[in-house]
Amino acid sequence: MGAQPRLVEVRKNVLKQNDLTARNLREEFKAAGVFVVSLVSSPGTGKTMFLEKTLSLLGQNYRVAALVGDLATENDAIRLARSGAPVKQITTGTLCHLEAAMVRNSLAGWNLSELDFLFIENVGNLVCPASYDLGEDLRLVLISVTEGEDKPLKYPTIFNSADVAIITKMDLAEAVEFDWPTACGNIQAVRPGMVVLKVSAKTGIGMEKYLEFLTAHLSPRF
Amino acid sequence: MHELSIAMSIVEMVEEEIERRGEAHVIAIHLKLGRLSGVVKEALMSSYEIACDDSPLRGSTLMIEEVPVLIFCSGCQEKRPVSSTQLFCCAECGRPSPEVVQGQEIEVVALEIEEWAPSHV
Repeated sequence: MGAQPRLVEVRKNVLKQNDLTARNLREEFKAAGVFVVSLVSSPGTGKTMFLEKTLSLLGQNYRVAALVGDLATENDAIRLARSGAPVKQITTGTLCHLEAAMVRNSLAGWNLSELDFLFIENVGNLVCPASYDLGEDLRLVLISVTEGEDKPLKYPTIFNSADVAIITKMDLAEAVEFDWPTACGNIQAVRPGMVVLKVSAKTGIGMEKYLEFLTAHLSPRF
Repeated sequence: MHELSIAMSIVEMVEEEIERRGEAHVIAIHLKLGRLSGVVKEALMSSYEIACDDSPLRGSTLMIEEVPVLIFCSGCQEKRPVSSTQLFCCAECGRPSPEVVQGQEIEVVALEIEEWAPSHV
């Protein structure tokens, strides 16, 4: 008798459970006819203000709702609720990202077929959310003009997991000497062909174009 | 820092696997980790030790093979490496491509299992 180490093939995706949950969510969203948009950025990019404006402007013509991930507070949910849209907080505790199961659990009690758009604001973090599919149709990655043009080069993974880049706080672009061609070049370097939109939630610059971009994704129902 | 949750998922997955296969002692886990997976190798290694501390996997080794990023190049009509993770262009012809075909995986590929078996003469 002797110990014989042997190699057993497994081939299993470690995030399989999350991917499966996300796939089911995506099917559920599609069946309900709701278009789901998630937002990722660093802390302080202005995600919440941008989402607040999105909800109040889009809410004039569409049925909108939002889920907000936050480590500890409910401040963001309270701010967003001012828009009048239904908002739910997902408090993640020490977890630095949202997972598909958290999204699924927090949707309990909502009738998805009564919504046109559902927004999911991830925890402020440009690293961890990249690995987790949430079942969304569109992922927006936000960077503000105050963060530096090289953000995309530092976080290529999140830019690769996202569909659209949004440059926020454009009202401050001149004051911080934001270099648009460099920022845009860096985005295209890590994600060739990525759609880039410039906005200021504060002044409203670019918001109309961004909302047109979103609503163009809705399938005609009438 | 989500490496600890990833490490815990690995431990959970391997525990299920050894339970399914019956009594076995895992001495090593072979993992493929894409360079675009969003997971840092060193952080995952130290998280793994913490994650398996109270489990039957305690003392086992996590062997990580880092997988480079490949894109599909429409010019070459081939899978090609990227110039760098800061420049998603074909390393051969320089054409940009957003079509990532490899480099996002976090995959347990094999287990090294030690078991008592009759020795063959």
